[in-house]
Amino acid sequence: MNLLLRLWRSSLGKKYVMALTGIALFGFVIGHLVGNLQVFGNPDLINTYAHFLKSKPGLIWGARIGLLLMVSLHFAAAVTLTLANRAARPIPYAGGSSPGSTWKSRHAMLSGLVILAFVVYHLLHYTALISGINGTGRDFSLLKTTLSGSNDVVPDVYAMMILGFKVWWVTAFYLIAQALLFLHLGHGLASMFQSLGLRNHTWWPRISAFARAASLVIFLGYASIPIAVLVGGMGSEYAQRALAQMSVKEAK
Amino acid sequence: MATLNSNIPSGPLSQKWENHKFSSKLINPANKRKYKIIVVGAGLAGSSTSATLAELGYEVHNFVFHDSPRRAHSVAAQGGINAAKNYQNDGDSVHRLFYDTIKGGDYRAREANVHRLAEVSVNIIDQCAAQGVPFAREYGGLLDNRSFGGAQVSRTFYARGQTGQQLLLGAYSALNKMIGAGGVISHTHSEMLDLVVVNGHAKGIIVRDLQTGVIHRHSADAIVLATGGYGNVFNLSTYARGSNVTASWRAYKRGATFSNPCYTQIHPTCIPVSGEYQSKLTLMSESLRNDGRIWVPKRKEDAQKAPADIAESDRDYYLERMYSAFGNLAPRDVASRAAKTVCDEGRGIGSTGLGVYLDFAESIKRLGEDKVRERYGNLFSMYHEITNENAYTSPMRIYPAVHYTMGGLWVDYNLMSNLPGLFVLGEANFSDHGANRLGASALMQGLSDGYFVLPSTIATYLSTVKTGGRPGTAIGEFKEAEENVQGFIRRATSGKGSRTPDSFHKQLGKLMWEYCGMARNKAGLEKAIGLISDLREEYRTNLRVLGDSDNWNQQLEKAGRVGDFIELGELMCRDALMREESCGGHFREEYQYTAADSEVQQGIVNAGDVKRRDEQFAFVAAWEFPGSADKAPILNKEPLVYEEVEMGTRSYK
Amino acid sequence: MKVTLKVWRQKNAKAAGAFKTYTSPELNPNMSFLEMLDVLNEELSNRGEEPIAFDHDCREGICGTCALVINGTPHGPQKGVTTCQTYMRSFKDGDQLVIEPWRAGPFPIIKDLVCDRKSFDRIQQAGGFITVRTGSAPDANSLPVPKEDSDLAMDAAQCIGCGACVAACKNASAMLFVAAKVSHLGLMPQGQPERYRRVKAMVEQMDTEGFGACTVTGSCEAVCPKQISLDFIARLNRDYAVSLLK
Repeated sequence: MNLLLRLWRSSLGKKYVMALTGIALFGFVIGHLVGNLQVFGNPDLINTYAHFLKSKPGLIWGARIGLLLMVSLHFAAAVTLTLANRAARPIPYAGGSSPGSTWKSRHAMLSGLVILAFVVYHLLHYTALISGINGTGRDFSLLKTTLSGSNDVVPDVYAMMILGFKVWWVTAFYLIAQALLFLHLGHGLASMFQSLGLRNHTWWPRISAFARAASLVIFLGYASIPIAVLVGGMGSEYAQRALAQMSVKEAK
Repeated sequence: MATLNSNIPSGPLSQKWENHKFSSKLINPANKRKYKIIVVGAGLAGSSTSATLAELGYEVHNFVFHDSPRRAHSVAAQGGINAAKNYQNDGDSVHRLFYDTIKGGDYRAREANVHRLAEVSVNIIDQCAAQGVPFAREYGGLLDNRSFGGAQVSRTFYARGQTGQQLLLGAYSALNKMIGAGGVISHTHSEMLDLVVVNGHAKGIIVRDLQTGVIHRHSADAIVLATGGYGNVFNLSTYARGSNVTASWRAYKRGATFSNPCYTQIHPTCIPVSGEYQSKLTLMSESLRNDGRIWVPKRKEDAQKAPADIAESDRDYYLERMYSAFGNLAPRDVASRAAKTVCDEGRGIGSTGLGVYLDFAESIKRLGEDKVRERYGNLFSMYHEITNENAYTSPMRIYPAVHYTMGGLWVDYNLMSNLPGLFVLGEANFSDHGANRLGASALMQGLSDGYFVLPSTIATYLSTVKTGGRPGTAIGEFKEAEENVQGFIRRATSGKGSRTPDSFHKQLGKLMWEYCGMARNKAGLEKAIGLISDLREEYRTNLRVLGDSDNWNQQLEKAGRVGDFIELGELMCRDALMREESCGGHFREEYQYTAADSEVQQGIVNAGDVKRRDEQFAFVAAWEFPGSADKAPILNKEPLVYEEVEMGTRSYK
Repeated sequence: MKVTLKVWRQKNAKAAGAFKTYTSPELNPNMSFLEMLDVLNEELSNRGEEPIAFDHDCREGICGTCALVINGTPHGPQKGVTTCQTYMRSFKDGDQLVIEPWRAGPFPIIKDLVCDRKSFDRIQQAGGFITVRTGSAPDANSLPVPKEDSDLAMDAAQCIGCGACVAACKNASAMLFVAAKVSHLGLMPQGQPERYRRVKAMVEQMDTEGFGACTVTGSCEAVCPKQISLDFIARLNRDYAVSLLK
């Protein structure tokens, strides 16, 4: 307990918290991406995956609580540090500031806040399935399908994704958030190592390269889905069918 | 007349310090904390002594005019620190370091002090290494050495080109440790403006808080001045702009005698002056002379040619020619004077004709550019920043500049001035370097005085002081001293007058360089005394300081310092005029070897080398303030009695 | 050449400050930046205007006193130098230069362009030393130090304590300064006994003084006149983490 308190009270300690929660969140981002990329396969693939997750409430709720805790700590440390950092410079410079630094390193708080707002939207959009915000005027919770080789009726996640990204502004918001995540990770992934003291002059270039590469891969991975849907017309026919079925359900 | 008792312990030279430590009275630990000691200055000497005195248990108050003790100008020393460790197995010993220093000082230093310095030198390196000073090392992990001017052994320890900085940070860390532990109270941005003398003993100081302008009185059982040298009397020098003589000078005006003020060191390797606006001259470390060769063209017609266009056979490597045994590592005074000589012959290079080349071409060929870069990279880049020239491809242009002052307040063997209770350390005293200081020995002296000498010798005085007998600051002496300070501030800020302190400083500096610089003569010195006296009068009536005295006011700080420099300049000229001989850095044109001298014919010295007159001038001049700046100062003499070394002709051939 | 100067003027710590614009006298490109201010100050004085207060001392880049932010960059446009080593040839005729003091809560303004950096001293007093009583040191060669460690320690030890790192950092963080000190001593075998005590005490004092945290923007490294590397901040982070676990 004493250790945790000491950690939280020190500026370096809070940076360790940022770094460690950052690692966890990075892990989630990777896992989530792997899950999402299954959309490029047969619709059953991602629907089976989603069904598998849903069928393990212990796993999924454990992960959700864990992630909530990570996000909360990451956020709380960021906000308290930012406030302290602002207080350390009561009068700003008139002739310019922060020489030699990159935009992404200076604006990690901004990108983080936008990403947080996006996450909230994303949860309401695809997890809570609040119909008023998906821009289609339809209720995604009614999208159901049957997995081949079984009789279980499961949520049609594939259709939700296709229908969801057909809305241009949803895709735009999604892409903006991914772009900011790209910048956030480009800075954060390398800084993680710095904050934990895991760097020296030979490793720093490699760490930086890793951060650039990983953040780019994540961006391309996530961005490929809405682009494939909106521009490439992926899954259009399937989605039309799902919609048609949904209309039947709604009529009932 | 002042009483000058050098208090040199009896016994053989090599045992004096040990004997003295044993026979000196000690102060028991319980009593030490009852004594309050004021230390002014926090360079190598001030920081190290403050920390050590506090470790011993004394109550120490440290005063600096800087914002932090770490800014003291010791920080700028580049090359290294000597110590008789003989790690190189090249024949070094305490005795050799002692001898080199005495000879380097042209037989004008006090033997006993110098021997003690050489003895203590080995402890300094141990102390600094233990503090974590990152000295240069060999691959085996042991300490590396380099050679320096005036010595034929490699005994100089160094930390790249920043030895002074690293040693200062070491002493500063020791000081910080004791500030953190409560043993030292640190007063920063606090400038000492007067010394308070009570019943003939130094018992307090008057200090101005530079941030608020408030004048404070502080009393103590002993006062230690470690306030550095006075080379800024020349305005242009390698000193920090803030370096000043004020603490020493105010002590002088309260009765402390000032010794050998005319002994100033002109360093041969500085970047030449480029224009009227110049505020500072930058030193290129003497260590460069290890691998750089100094030359000028043989013919003056070639002086304005590009160096690459001057053939090897048309170059005069004059130090190698004139002083073959030491070559480019001839002592500073010798190398500087030689540079002046070749420039006076019209062979000086650069747009002003006041410059010589320091050439690394041969070293780069021999060692490779990388090796040269490793050794001197920071100096080369410093040179590039200032001159916009690349010294890897064309030779550096250098010229001598004022760098150090060997003179200072007179002290006895215990480092106490003739005013009981007033101790003076480091460059501020006169004792160890005679008429010329060898490279890498200023750092040695500052730390020797600070870590090892004063903390031991101060007890000889304090044991005579009753504990609890410290005067209060309400007494008349303090009041009078404060009024003296306030009076000056009122006059300076009264708004009368029209000239800035800087303009006086520039004028004084030019006068000093012209008449009391690298070469001096009777007529010039007499003329200078008159001119400076006029300047002093104008300063009294025509000085103008803008701004308030109850805020930060750099012009007011400067005004006080310049006033002291003007008075000091006059004393320097008087000292130089009195000393009718040449020795070390003091070169009187009337006293030099000529072709007619047998020493020149025998090849011991060159024509133009300095000529001492030991029968008449083997003494320390200790000038006493006569009570008014308008009266002539009083000369006291401490004879220099050499027991061990024979005063010989100083030869580097 | 001539330049226009927009200079921060502030009477004392309590007074409010404001910018004032001056036209420089005719300048020589070989002048140092501070010599340019000297010349301007002489001119102001002769006009009866109070000269601009600015901190300076050694004028050779080692004492760490000079501290000007020129057009948003501490120590001016050139890399690896202090303000006093900045020369007018770095600017063009007719340039407008905004000159400000270091700005950080823990560096309060004393006057005009002069700020108070005692907070750095207090960090050092908290633990920036190796406890070794004068006279108690063993022979210097009794403890070999690998050359690589000693060289790296020297890289860190070069810090001149100017505070440009704080001035440049958008968070006014003193991490590079503290890291340099902690690394210098922590890399030497002499510094091992107090290694973790030291880092803990210094970091705590740094936080108490009100400096911000490091967000790895790299501004400090970019302006450091001694080009001290961010690697040392990683080392500080590492040592502090260990100290917390001890």
